[in-house]
Amino acid sequence: MDVIEVNELTKRYGDRTAVNGLTFEVKPGQVTGFLGPNGAGKTTTLRLILGLDAPTGGSATVNGLRFADHPRGLRHVGALLDAHHVHGGRSAEAHLWALARSNGIAPRRVGEVLEEVGLTEVARRRVGGFSLGMKQRLGIATALLGDPPVLMFDEPINGMDPEGVLWVRRLFRRLADEGRTVFLSSHLMTEMENTADQLVVIGRGELIAAEPVREFAARSKRLTVLVRTPQAAELTAVLTAAGAEVRPEGSARAEALTVTGLATDRIGALAFDNGVMLHELTTRTASLEEAFMELTADSVEYLAGQSR
Amino acid sequence: MTTLSSLPRTATAAPVAEPRARFSDLVVSEWIKAWSLRSTWWTLVVSLLVAWGSSFAAAKADYDDIPSYGPGLGSHPAFAVTDSFPMMGWMTVMLSASALGALAIASEYGTGLIRTTTIAVPARGPVVLAKAAVQTVIWSVFGCVAAVGGFVIAQSVLSGRHASTTLGQDHALRALFAAALLAPICALIGLGVGTLIRHSAASVGATAFALLLLPAFFSQTKQWSADINHGFVRTAFERLVQPWDGGFGIGFRATVPGSWTVYLLWPLIAVALAVWAVRKRDV
Repeated sequence: MDVIEVNELTKRYGDRTAVNGLTFEVKPGQVTGFLGPNGAGKTTTLRLILGLDAPTGGSATVNGLRFADHPRGLRHVGALLDAHHVHGGRSAEAHLWALARSNGIAPRRVGEVLEEVGLTEVARRRVGGFSLGMKQRLGIATALLGDPPVLMFDEPINGMDPEGVLWVRRLFRRLADEGRTVFLSSHLMTEMENTADQLVVIGRGELIAAEPVREFAARSKRLTVLVRTPQAAELTAVLTAAGAEVRPEGSARAEALTVTGLATDRIGALAFDNGVMLHELTTRTASLEEAFMELTADSVEYLAGQSR
Repeated sequence: MTTLSSLPRTATAAPVAEPRARFSDLVVSEWIKAWSLRSTWWTLVVSLLVAWGSSFAAAKADYDDIPSYGPGLGSHPAFAVTDSFPMMGWMTVMLSASALGALAIASEYGTGLIRTTTIAVPARGPVVLAKAAVQTVIWSVFGCVAAVGGFVIAQSVLSGRHASTTLGQDHALRALFAAALLAPICALIGLGVGTLIRHSAASVGATAFALLLLPAFFSQTKQWSADINHGFVRTAFERLVQPWDGGFGIGFRATVPGSWTVYLLWPLIAVALAVWAVRKRDV
């Protein structure tokens, strides 16, 4: 129930292929992150799922049905594609009233969702004067209007202040805990690490990975150990001699070292044998960021200069 | 933050309970959209004042000049009808109705709101038809108020020279209907063009050009050129508000039934094209 199913989905604009044979599934009860570098085809995929664009090939269904086949959508899927997709001349309230009425939703619900996203006090103000963060909140209110079982958000964190980011993370978690399907696109890995349970990763319109966040993070081959010691120079010499790669963390004379190629037990033993005092010895789990960079290195559409 | 007031869902959520999709809800939704913009209010007020003002000015000019007209012409009741709906005032009405009609949808494309709308209502054709219904209602009411008001103003002024007429005479009723219908017709044409062009400024400009300027490129002195000229809404309006039937001036004149047909076909084709276009294109 309430599954988003994408099957061999392809979309071409002229001779440019935005999405190529994409297949994945988004399940209810968890937050699924949709990751990819800029230009990877995330927004296009969301637009195809929402029936804004017609696919060149393949299909995208929500709960077994094409979304575009519903005469009214808000009770089926709530979506925020772009916070700017509002008319600046209308008040937040009027914007939501019109949308609610089109789906036969009681006007009372408008007050509820405005309260939910914390915009009650500015409900009568024209949206044109809203900050991006406030527009994001209005977009989230729009998505919640129909109390839908499936929610999709495209880069919802953009423009939000730290308090807003915390709030939105908790909101996504709660929506998932309520059994809803929450599908969340972002190009920020760190955000996914904090928010998502599952990941769908794409690059250049093609699927790179679809798996739990933990498994994805474990893909990175580089396991590192953080060591803090007042005898950094001595330890560096000892570890390098034992075949490890040692880099000072931060400045060259810092007390923290990043060690690659040796496990914690071996480093501890070497330090003990050589009379080096340790203040900290920690295994660093590879960050999602690193896993992502490794996996998408080949599929980045826009690279800064010739830095590769 | 407060908690969501809806009931929590379970993983085995029942199929979405949804009331029947009603077209009337879409119409009310578009009605809310139209009236929640200040531009709708002031466009209507300004257009109404211009229409009425032009009726007063036209009638006043004849009032002042009637003593200098020849004996046969001075009391010609045709003035009483044409002065009620002078071209300059009603060209302004054409301009504002077509602009508001075009903006009703082009501004949604311009701001991206159309995507929010389409996600809320995936049935795109009915959305356009709901917009058409709202434009028709707003501009029909406007057209009636403007036309009746213009007629009353002109007759009040001209009665001072005993040159006024009544709705029962001189095809005045036909002229009144033609004037009242002009506004909704132009609004629907604007809506059609706005849907096809999807850009606010471009669609307002294109509609104004097609409705107001283009007819002037085709003179009524040659048959082929007159035939094209008679196909425009502006020419149809001019013909329908003229109370005299005989030749007046030179060239070929449009026919009354032909002009009504033009009134009918333009908005019909515009709305049909709009519905066809939104169903076919990506949003």
